[in-house]
Formats: sequence, structure tokens, C-alpha cells
Amino acid sequence: MSSPKAVKDDRKYTKDHEWAKSEGNELVVGITAFAVDALGDITLVSLDVKVGDTVSAGKAFGTIESVKTLSDLFAPVKGKVTRVNAALENNPELVNEDCWGKGWMVAIEADADAELMDAASYSEHLAHADH
Amino acid sequence: MSDESLRRTSLYEQHAALGARLVPFAGWEMPIQYKGISFEHQAVRERAGLFDVSHMGELELRGDKALELVNSLVTNDIARAADGQATYTCCCNEQGMILDDLIVYRRSAWALLVVCNASNRAKIAGHFAAAARAVCDFEDVSDGTALLALQGPRALGILSQAGISLDPSTVTTFRFAPGTIAGIQCLIARTGYTGEDGVELFCAWDDAPALWRALLEAGNTYGIEPVGLGARDTLRLDARLSLYGNEIDETTNPLEAGLAWVTKLDKPPFVGQRALRSIKENGLRRRLVGFEMTGRGIARHGYPLLDTQGVPVGHCTSGGPSPTLGKSIGLGYVPLASSALGTELLVDCRGKKIPAQIVKTPFYKRT
Repeated sequence: MSSPKAVKDDRKYTKDHEWAKSEGNELVVGITAFAVDALGDITLVSLDVKVGDTVSAGKAFGTIESVKTLSDLFAPVKGKVTRVNAALENNPELVNEDCWGKGWMVAIEADADAELMDAASYSEHLAHADH
Repeated sequence: MSDESLRRTSLYEQHAALGARLVPFAGWEMPIQYKGISFEHQAVRERAGLFDVSHMGELELRGDKALELVNSLVTNDIARAADGQATYTCCCNEQGMILDDLIVYRRSAWALLVVCNASNRAKIAGHFAAAARAVCDFEDVSDGTALLALQGPRALGILSQAGISLDPSTVTTFRFAPGTIAGIQCLIARTGYTGEDGVELFCAWDDAPALWRALLEAGNTYGIEPVGLGARDTLRLDARLSLYGNEIDETTNPLEAGLAWVTKLDKPPFVGQRALRSIKENGLRRRLVGFEMTGRGIARHGYPLLDTQGVPVGHCTSGGPSPTLGKSIGLGYVPLASSALGTELLVDCRGKKIPAQIVKTPFYKRT
């Protein structure tokens, strides 16, 4: 697992510690190392959407649970779900192991350009964040 | 995190140096975890863990009538305990509802130490002080008393390694004795809240950092880990030990909470005895049971429990994934009629109805 305040330059961020990475016409969505660090050992990822469903920016599309607590997963943009990461159903620990890659959650075809933070702004946001 | 009103134990600097994540708990700033809850949980099951539980309350009662007085306030029978024996008990109000769960350490019939939950310290200290007035001496010694718990199969080996003034194996389960560890004066009790073997060590507030460091150093080759309140909660849930505010509170009685074994209805009069006798005679309405999730979900405190038709029948008091068992478990109240082992339930996990089954508790028992 990467350091809690690590940030990747190749993607954008929400204040709720989700990342969205542009791949073709999709935005792949996951949670940041900061979110993973706050949650601790992740034991359950429930994705409550399927391919073709519409999600709204800021609305929950699932939940993530650790030994400690439960947290909502919020869609960073409005759009249509194109893929969900089915591997998380049986292997939620993938989020702990590789939150930037194998631990991705959903891919969304966004309706419009999203207003998300770039890596520098997110780093700034983290500098003021505390657990 | 910088809340000025929160109190800190004398081990605060140790926790900070170990990289603990500190959270507010019952008015205290306490470590919830150091390296991770599951890791710390397994360290206690397999090796040893060291906990700071100095936030707990300690009350001393002394005098000719101290035993009689304490015994009149608790459900278990301290008169049947030997000197040097610790007794787990409930403390109830006149309605038989639980004010707190306690451990009473009987030094002698004239000197007893009562340990209560941090969240209930003011209430229990007030309750005992009022009852003790003109009967025996009462002193709340919490501010001067630190409490460390060393738990796990290697706990006794670590005590020997640290240098202990007595043979720790002679202090058997739920017994205690004064002694020194690494030269520090302690009350050494073979008690705990994890389902593992281990001890709880009372010492002077300002001696705790030296004791803490000595135990971590002695435990280094034993694989000791500092353990936070997060794993303390998952460990006690495995062992089906009640947490005040979850399984038990002022709306629950010891009989329905599965604490009849610490409720001696035939002992000399105690607060709540009459009500508890009547509750027993009238029959219990509900019972605390353990369940295992058979579907994909995690039960949490407060989630409704439903019958298989979807009708609400009770609520979950504690739940979560057990790092030891690799299963998601929970405790909750259900009507007596639906409390048999094997009964199927649904847990309403924020609108999702996830199947569960009542199972035997404790979920984990050490071999």
C-alpha cells in the first residue's frame, strides 16, 4: 500500500477521496490511498450498480466496509456505468493492496466534463485533511 | 484531534511515538490502532498484545462494612469470593437494569477495588459514594491509577522476561496479587477482555510509561505488539464479552443479556434483586444471541434484525468481521421464541436484507 498522502498525476480527485482516471471515453473510479488508510483493513465492497445504470455526481453507488467502519462510495460524475470490478466481491483486499490499480471500482461514461480536482489541488486538500 | 477537553493517559507520548491513530473515546484521547486492527487482533491471538486501558475507573472501598456494602450494589456474590479473587459482575438500578459491568477485586473483606467503564465512571463513583456514606470509606482513585493489559498466549513469558517478583503462573484465572514488574509496583490480575490468557496490571499513573516500555522491550522477541481499542473491540466480540453501551445499558437486564451466571438472585439483598426476581418469574421477553452472516454483508450496532419474512424482531448490538474466524459475526436481541440455535434471520444492512443464522457463542474459544 502506498503512503496515505500519495497522489498520482495521471488522474483527478474528489474531496471525498475518490480518484477518476480517464481511459478512452471512460472514467475509471477508485478510492485514494488516504481513504484506504482511514478505513483500515477492507473487508467488503458492495457495488450497488450494474453496467448500463446511470449514476449521479455526489450520489452513492456502493459502500465500502472495513473491520472498523462503513463508508459510502460516491460517483464523481454523472454518467452511465460501463464496467464494474467484479473481482472486489470476493477479493475486497485488492483495494488495500492496490487502490490505484486492481482495486478500481467502476468505470463511467461521463455525460459532461466533470469538475474535479487535479493532483496538485488534491494534495493541497490532503494537507488540510486529518483523520 | 486537538480537542482540548479530551483527557490523555500518562502513556500518550508512547502512543504518539508508536504512530498510533488517536480518537476521542469516553472523554479520552485513546489509540484506536497502531499498525492495523486485524494485525493487532491476530497478534493477541497468536503472540501477545499490550493495551493502555488507563481510562477505566478505579474505586477503592475500605472498612469493616466494605464487603457488605459492595455486595449490596452488585449482582454477583462477592461474599463467596476468596481474598485475592476478582469477580465479574453487573451493577443494576432498582429496576434491575444495568448501570455498568464491573470487576470487583477483593483484597480482603475490608478492602475492595472496583473497576468500572470509563464512560460510566462519574455515574458509578456517585452511586458507590452515596451508598458508602457513613458505612465505609470510599475513594475514586482513577486519576492516580494506570491500567495496562498484556494479553495473549505469550503474556506470562513476557512477564518473566521483564522480571517479575512472583511466579505469574501462581496467579490463576481471575486471581490477583501485588508484586513488582521490572521493579515497578503493580497489582497483577489474571483478567482480561480478549478471550485470551493474560493479565491486567494496575500501577501508579506516573509509573505506566516505564512499565509500558519494559513490557514492549521484554516482549520484543515474543512478537509483542501495542494494541488499540479497535482490536480490543473485535477481540471481545469474538469472545462474546459484552460492551457497555452496546449489549448492555440501562434498558437491558442481566438475565436477557446472558449474564444470569453473574446474577445470584438468592444472595443477600442487593439493588435490583426484587425486580430481577420478578423479571425471572414473569419470563424473559428477549435474549441476546450470537449470529453469523450467511450472506454477503456486515452487521453493525443498531441495524434491525428481521425474521425470514422480513418482520422486524430485534436489533444488532455489535457486529463486524472477525479477523480470527474470517467470518462476519454479530450479537443482538431477538424474542425468546426465535432465539434457538440455527434460527435464520435477516439483518437489515442499510436497506439490504442479508441472511444470517443464530450460532453458538462464544464465537471463539481458546484451546
